[in-house]
Amino acid sequence: MAAVDMNMPILIVDDYKTMLRIIRNLLKQLGFNNVDEATDGAAALAKLRDKEFGLIISDWNMEPMSGLQLLKEVRADNALKELPFIMVTAESKSENVVAAKQAGVSNYIVKPFNAATLKAKLNSVIGAF
Amino acid sequence: MRTQDMGTDPMSTTACGDELDEQIDALVRNSGSVDPAEIMDVVESVMATVSGDLSTVNQRLYGEIESLARFIHTAKAEIASMRPDEIKTEHLAAATDELEVIIGQTESATNSIFEAVETIEQLCEKMDAETAEAVTNAVTTVYEACGFQDLTGQRISKVVVALQHIEQKIEGLLEAFGTEFGRHVEAAESGGSEPATRRPGKADRPDEDLMNGPQKPGEGTTQDEIDALFD
Repeated sequence: MAAVDMNMPILIVDDYKTMLRIIRNLLKQLGFNNVDEATDGAAALAKLRDKEFGLIISDWNMEPMSGLQLLKEVRADNALKELPFIMVTAESKSENVVAAKQAGVSNYIVKPFNAATLKAKLNSVIGAF
Repeated sequence: MRTQDMGTDPMSTTACGDELDEQIDALVRNSGSVDPAEIMDVVESVMATVSGDLSTVNQRLYGEIESLARFIHTAKAEIASMRPDEIKTEHLAAATDELEVIIGQTESATNSIFEAVETIEQLCEKMDAETAEAVTNAVTTVYEACGFQDLTGQRISKVVVALQHIEQKIEGLLEAFGTEFGRHVEAAESGGSEPATRRPGKADRPDEDLMNGPQKPGEGTTQDEIDALFD
């Protein structure tokens, strides 16, 4: 497997600035410094269509466009459909996980989570680093 | 003629029937809201009009209707004594505002923690490797713990939505009961407070039925169970 580009642009999406800051700081500790932010699915989609990203880490419960809707938009877009997409959410019911998986999510993290879990999922989705 | 439809002797009810028709027509014209007391008046008029001319079954039926009207009248009085206008405009609005302040204050406090911890993390460059590693681990734990603000915020937001739902129900009650409660509402709102029902609710979304988190302890799927779906 090719080495992971530690400078790959990563888009993190969450309507809570606290969570954006947590994920940004944890990514920084792991060596990823090229991180951009959006506070809902619609804003994220606009950024994804404006700039090339290597990974999306998104919350689910946001307005006006949820993380699941964002995921479906991404998978329906030929230019974006292969983009790795990790859902990080407090929605932990099995039907949520199944819905996200059916929509094509790459991996799924339940809040609250720790740095080790985030690192493990990144390894699983974009390769070991 | 309505009174004749009730199985009574038309000769004995004509005069009272005209008066009753006028009352019923007045109720129909007042289609916005009908006071249960007015319904009771009409029922009593019907009873007075047809007294002595009804079968036992019909008398029992009209008795039930009269008792129903009295029940509505009593219920209305009891609800009025609870002052639903005050509950809507003062108590629920205040509770919602307080919860929104809690979200704001916990976010502000969390940001202060971030500022301090990020400064500590930057100082790691000036520490020896062993110390820096220990401090970085501690900083990571603080970052992880700060996730509480996101989760408590979401839970509080769910309570706010529940309170807004109750507000809407009370609004419906006030509208149903008409002007008597409406005067209290107008008086309270003219005091300058923003009507609680104007707060934005959740937008209609296709996955609305899937947005129920965070789940209570023991209700959701564990990370290990989720991981098993991706293996």
